[in-house]
Amino acid sequence: MTTASTEAGWVAPELREELPGLGLRYALVERGSGRSSRALKGRLRKLSDRFSGPQAINLRNQPIPWAYRVFYRHIGLDPDEQPTPVEELALERIKHGGFRSRSTLDDALTIAIMESGVALRAFDADKASGAPGIRPSQPGEELEGRPGELPAGTLVIADEIRPLALLVGATASGRGVVPRTRRTLLCGLQVKGVPDIAVEEAIWLATGVLEG
Amino acid sequence: MAEQLLDSEPAEVALEPARTPLEVEFGTEAGALVERRVREDLRAQIARLELRLSQVFATAFPREGIEWRVGAIGGPRVLGVEELERVRDALAYRLSEAQSELARRVDVEEANRGVLELMIAEPERYRWVRISNEDVGEPGCRHWHSRPRWGVLGMLLNWWRVKVSSGCPLATGLRPPSP
Repeated sequence: MTTASTEAGWVAPELREELPGLGLRYALVERGSGRSSRALKGRLRKLSDRFSGPQAINLRNQPIPWAYRVFYRHIGLDPDEQPTPVEELALERIKHGGFRSRSTLDDALTIAIMESGVALRAFDADKASGAPGIRPSQPGEELEGRPGELPAGTLVIADEIRPLALLVGATASGRGVVPRTRRTLLCGLQVKGVPDIAVEEAIWLATGVLEG
Repeated sequence: MAEQLLDSEPAEVALEPARTPLEVEFGTEAGALVERRVREDLRAQIARLELRLSQVFATAFPREGIEWRVGAIGGPRVLGVEELERVRDALAYRLSEAQSELARRVDVEEANRGVLELMIAEPERYRWVRISNEDVGEPGCRHWHSRPRWGVLGMLLNWWRVKVSSGCPLATGLRPPSP
């Protein structure tokens, strides 16, 4: 049974004004990852069967995937060069003929992202301090495991002390979920045009899979 | 949801110049407010252009070889007015190029469909002509080929027909895993 409830993460005031609709919701799950069960692999196969080429082509015309594409443009990214999470999975489905099973967490994220269209991230909850949020990076700030400083103003997902990941892209070294992770912090990125209920549903779906 | 992003749905995407009243001085509080309004305007224009580009992308399928990439400015970060203008202009250019290319191809495909109809009606007038699905803008590997019936005999007696191929070759490779 799903027990985790979602909470709203913080967004830096300057971003709240500049990019209205930007938000982060998160839930704490008292589980790490692990090998995918046979049932989970079967669920992933059924999801692959339900998703076909025409759906992949039309994905960007659906409201939520389109909202993420627009957001990517707004923050200086090209979604055709750096695909949104749902488009990246759709591309994988078309290239490999199915969604690949990797681990319980990865499979949970795949299912939740494909079902809802919402961008989800996961972190090791024991390596994060306090509630997560979104803010621009400070001058001189670094992302662990990445050489050099982050350009000031880079949008990051951060805890109350340090950046955990780029808002779109790399996760800081040691902050992601690894085999010894015991508690997972699931985060859903909300952008303008994506309703609260979709983000909550995405987290709920991923939590449900993780908790079995 | 889309309406939230677009705020209003215009009939046509007009590339508006950044609306900055000349009398507002940048660096002042009023200037900052105006600049923010300009950025909001530009973001709404980008959203509309992205919507149009997505529609053209879906319409263009299964045609290949049309360029869709716009190029990244670099991020993720909050973009300024000039950068947003660059994104907007690049999107507008890409949209216009894609629409022109699509229109050109649709014209060619329409002409090919006309030839196909005539070829089916009078195959002897279109000897050895081969038209594929791609030529008429449809997915799949089918093709129509005007060929003589019974080989050389058909050629000598002018017995021509249009042969329709059976479609794509069967997929090869490993079998899918059993359920």
